[in-house]
Amino acid sequence: MSVNELFKKDLKVVNIGLKSFYNDLKSQNLTAVHVNWKPKAGGKTRMVSLLDKLKKMN
Amino acid sequence: MIIQTIVKKNAYYDSVTLMLLSRELKKLEGVEEILVGMGTDLNIELVQNLGLFSGELESITSNDLFISAKFDETRTNLEAIEAAFVEQLNKTDQKEADDDYQPPTLKSALQYLPDANMVVVSVPGQSAADVVDEALDNDLHVMLFSDNVSVEDELRLKQKAVNKGLLVMGPDCGTAIINGAPLCFANAVRRGRIGVVGASGTGTQEVTVQIHQMGGGLSQVIGTGGRDLKEEIGGLMMIQGFQALIDDPETDLIVLISKPPAASVAEKIYRIARQSAKPVVIDFIGGDRAAIEAVGAIACISLEDAARKAMAKLNGQKVADFVGFSLPEAEIEQIVDKAVATLKPDQTELRALFTGGTLADEAMKLLGGRYAIYSNIPLSPEMAIENMPDQKGHLCLDLGEDRFTRGRPHPMIDPQTRTEFFRSHVDEQTAVILVDVVLGFGSHADPAGAVVDSVREVRKRLGKVGREVVVVASVCGTDLDSQNLERSVRALESEGVIVMPSNAQAVRLTDRVFQRLEKGN
Amino acid sequence: MENLIEKANQQVLEIIQNARPTLIGLGIAGEVIPGMEKNLFLHAGPPVTWERMSGPMRGAVMAGLIYEGFASTPEEAAKVAASGKIRFEPCHHHQSVGPMAGVVTSSMPVWIIENTTYGNKAFCTLNEGLGKVLRFGAYGEEVITRLKWMEAVLYPVLKEAIAIHGPIDLKNMIAQGVQMGDEVHNRNKASTSLLIREIASSIVKTSFSDEDKVKVFDFLNSNDHTYLNLSMPAAKASLDPAGGVKYSTIVYTMARNGTDFGIRVAGLGDRWFTAPAEIINGLYFPGFTMDDANPDIGDSCITETLGIGGFSMATAPAIVQFVGGTPKDAMRYTTSMYEITTEESKAYKLPPLNFRGAPTGIDIRKVVETQILPVINTGIAHKDPGVGQVGAGIVNPPMACFEQALEAYVKLLEDEGLVE
Repeated sequence: MSVNELFKKDLKVVNIGLKSFYNDLKSQNLTAVHVNWKPKAGGKTRMVSLLDKLKKMN
Repeated sequence: MIIQTIVKKNAYYDSVTLMLLSRELKKLEGVEEILVGMGTDLNIELVQNLGLFSGELESITSNDLFISAKFDETRTNLEAIEAAFVEQLNKTDQKEADDDYQPPTLKSALQYLPDANMVVVSVPGQSAADVVDEALDNDLHVMLFSDNVSVEDELRLKQKAVNKGLLVMGPDCGTAIINGAPLCFANAVRRGRIGVVGASGTGTQEVTVQIHQMGGGLSQVIGTGGRDLKEEIGGLMMIQGFQALIDDPETDLIVLISKPPAASVAEKIYRIARQSAKPVVIDFIGGDRAAIEAVGAIACISLEDAARKAMAKLNGQKVADFVGFSLPEAEIEQIVDKAVATLKPDQTELRALFTGGTLADEAMKLLGGRYAIYSNIPLSPEMAIENMPDQKGHLCLDLGEDRFTRGRPHPMIDPQTRTEFFRSHVDEQTAVILVDVVLGFGSHADPAGAVVDSVREVRKRLGKVGREVVVVASVCGTDLDSQNLERSVRALESEGVIVMPSNAQAVRLTDRVFQRLEKGN
Repeated sequence: MENLIEKANQQVLEIIQNARPTLIGLGIAGEVIPGMEKNLFLHAGPPVTWERMSGPMRGAVMAGLIYEGFASTPEEAAKVAASGKIRFEPCHHHQSVGPMAGVVTSSMPVWIIENTTYGNKAFCTLNEGLGKVLRFGAYGEEVITRLKWMEAVLYPVLKEAIAIHGPIDLKNMIAQGVQMGDEVHNRNKASTSLLIREIASSIVKTSFSDEDKVKVFDFLNSNDHTYLNLSMPAAKASLDPAGGVKYSTIVYTMARNGTDFGIRVAGLGDRWFTAPAEIINGLYFPGFTMDDANPDIGDSCITETLGIGGFSMATAPAIVQFVGGTPKDAMRYTTSMYEITTEESKAYKLPPLNFRGAPTGIDIRKVVETQILPVINTGIAHKDPGVGQVGAGIVNPPMACFEQALEAYVKLLEDEGLVE
């Protein structure tokens, strides 16, 4: 969706990170989903590397 | 004195939650110093600086949560702190229990909101690039609030976005208003015919607020992040946003805001401006006026000036530099008279304590070469605060800069940092305290109230030695903001603060006071 | 090449979705369970030695020894157990599952379930009820007496009744139970009622005395968990054919022995990935606390492996109170399980989630990536043998099981040159 197409739509937001940004959107009755984000694989580098190996199989 | 530490492995909480929690926990009896945070290098450094380091922290990773506290002999132990910590967290969790389901990943979120078109990203910088990548892969526009994203990642992501015709607003982008929806730190403003692309957060906020106050409105406000107009990034998002506004039938006039761009980037922007059928107002804060006017665009001398010129142009009125005040000159003189009369002869120094970086920068540029002003964002390297002799001289601080926000929220969210600077940096030699009060989404619930408290405290302190101080403020906000412009102004004025209608005018008034002081009253 | 994984997982999900667990009859363990012998005791969870067995598991083994006549006192039983005369193997290695300690000995009657789509069978003992029972490690006289009565009266009546009735489609019955507020792990009230209703006339038609029939009815009716010992082997029978689908990252077994938690992954065959079992967060019966609790125990989380049990908590809000939660929490538990699973069940539909299918097919990649652990509803056994149940609650497997499995899985692909 180009920027100009976006301008014609209702903004629908996925918020990833600080919850307060989501609360602000909801308080204005805007459509939003908050992602309860955590670092991938809890940030364990070994696990991240294993998962990446599998992703790279394409 | 006892130092104790608890480490919880692989427990992630966002930094704002933890920083606010640290503050709550510090109020507990017997706690001298406490830090709750993730085990990032930055936080560990902070722990060391606070004198809270202990062995438990040696093998900590950035995914581990730690609580480090220093107690006096008498009181609380760490178990009590931990219990209080869990209780506070539970309070948050309890609130969340009533919320809608919060999926753990973007992929999952898109199943709940398949027609999402914007992703707002504020995760820690080192993870942000991956999240943005995934958003772009799903053809979603991005507002990237996170900082600490590398230039390489920024360039790669913006190139990818441009190829897909998408926005990546950021990194370190504080404000945007898309289709009337304010994102992150934006003010509640009317919709209208003026489009803005801004590379500086509070600068953009000030322009939109001023346009609103003059009866105008905004079609779109696009942020780019502060590095966009540097050579390395080449203004990819400024150009993308500029072009989109040119093509947008709802936009009649375009305002571009940035610190002076790299020459090559400025060239590209001028080229587009020259072609634009829509009028273009450019505020490259302190930038090259002639070059802007050479391409038929309108150059500005301040953020307020940009708003005024945009409104004038849009309404077919004469476009001229605004160098004065909204109030009649006579009234301004009265205000200055009254202010100066309260000061003692050895009160000569400025203390400008800003929460908005662009507003601080604008202040120093408007005061020009007339004063030597020390700063953490100095106009020239020799004026860096490190060179300030024993707190003597003028001082202008951007309290939102990294060095002041380590381990604590941005002062627009939590006024505590400025409260402390009121205590530590305002003294008997201070003549004028200049502040900004930024309202809007994302900001503290009552920033004016916090300034009022500080001013009251400072007046009491200086009153003991028979002194007064002049306090000048501007409020960046609107009648529609939840903190409310009028209420904020009234609160400040009731404490004797001189409130001017823009940052530029507040700076100018400050200038007048010092000019008068220099003339020896 | 990621196709390789997705294809294998698709195949596994097809197997699970197509399963049709059916109750076909009852038998005596030693006669019907493959490889079952007099001196072989089956137990819940991954393999464990007598030395490492937890209190309730030891208690159950001792009860089994007394029941089988290997010993006449608990002291004697403990000696026999330690003597090496008895072999211990997981139920899961013998097409069986057992709740809590899960001890199965050769004389015990068992339900026989057949997955009629694939022809594989699964076995499970009959549920003894609550209180002081073998599966919670109790070995007193009342335990043995009840087991003997089950063998002598309950078993023959039910065996004849099922023979008269004919096979019972457990997939349908679980699907109905799930729509009536059971997640068929910690809540089996509706399903137990359905079972009794289904076989009532057949029990009446058996050749036994009215007194026996009444006792059987009363026994089944007095124990809400009668159906657990059917839902478990039904889940086991549904999942077993998936074990050994190469390259699949789907979990087909989760089980715990009171010492370790173990999982098995379809693409990694019979290998167990184990880590110390966790203490359960739950509601303790009056007089007991977390200090009395044994770590997580039992094969019953085979239900969660299939997507029912804790995974379908949304449909059983009544039991969310075990952890002081609300119906909204129950919905949240289930909703979060979709994050780590692959499909929604075509058979088990959850009314509170607008008849969304139960979250099915746990993918180790998703568990490791999101760090969201499976949610398991479970009973809590006292850590000492002979005491019994002390509470119920919710528990998670250790993350280490899934991380080890992922390590092994990537290693497998590396060995075959499929990844760098």
